[in-house]
Amino acid sequence: MPPDIEAVAEQVFAALADPSRRAILAALAATGPATATDLAARLPITRQAVAKHLALLAEAGLVTAEPGERRRVRYRLRSAPMRVAQQFLAALARDWDRPLGALKDHLDQGARAPVTTS
Amino acid sequence: MSFPDRIARTMELAHPPGKVWAALTTAEGLGTWFGNEATIDLRPGGPARVRWTDGPTADLRVERVEEPTVFAFTWHIYGLPEEDPRRTYVEFTLEPAGAGTRLTVVESGFAQLPDDVHGKAYDGNARGWASELGELADYLDAA
Repeated sequence: MPPDIEAVAEQVFAALADPSRRAILAALAATGPATATDLAARLPITRQAVAKHLALLAEAGLVTAEPGERRRVRYRLRSAPMRVAQQFLAALARDWDRPLGALKDHLDQGARAPVTTS
Repeated sequence: MSFPDRIARTMELAHPPGKVWAALTTAEGLGTWFGNEATIDLRPGGPARVRWTDGPTADLRVERVEEPTVFAFTWHIYGLPEEDPRRTYVEFTLEPAGAGTRLTVVESGFAQLPDDVHGKAYDGNARGWASELGELADYLDAA
């Protein structure tokens, strides 16, 4: 496993820790690619702050820039790093302790059943 | 490396391997301790399905059937979109331990490499290009 997988997940979590960046990602997810100016108009964030956050999001690979109308840069959501982070979360969320506890109970109950019914 | 690729648990059960095997590999067993309802075609490549009444349905593909020591399947990675083809591999190993069984479950494959992590060079270029154009946009916006 290449070491940069963990670095990708770490960047995603750092990016998502900030409410303004979450709002920017949510806006891009909801309505598609937008310029920094569009985003600043839609969100309670100054254009300067939007630009700063977009730079960080691009660094984390969560957005990519593409040419838009009149030579403006539009930012597009990029989901690949999210999927890396999701896999990290999936490993944490996959709960084997509970089903294995249930398996143990199931077997123990089965073992007692002949006793209780005889 | 702290990125978890695999989850492993070992448990001692006071029941012989044959009985544990039945709980792991039959519809009745899987539909009792694991889900609320299950079907299974117990052969390598065979499909199995586990349903939870309060939630999801899991589609499994049986991978290894070596009674009564190894049972394995693959399934969809929890949290990824339904259409994502990546799967984790779950292997149960049963060893006799006195009158009972030592059961080990290992689920692996959480850290599968996404194809586009290879695209770093391309992304680097895309970002450089973006920051150049971003400066231009900032300039134009300020004008």
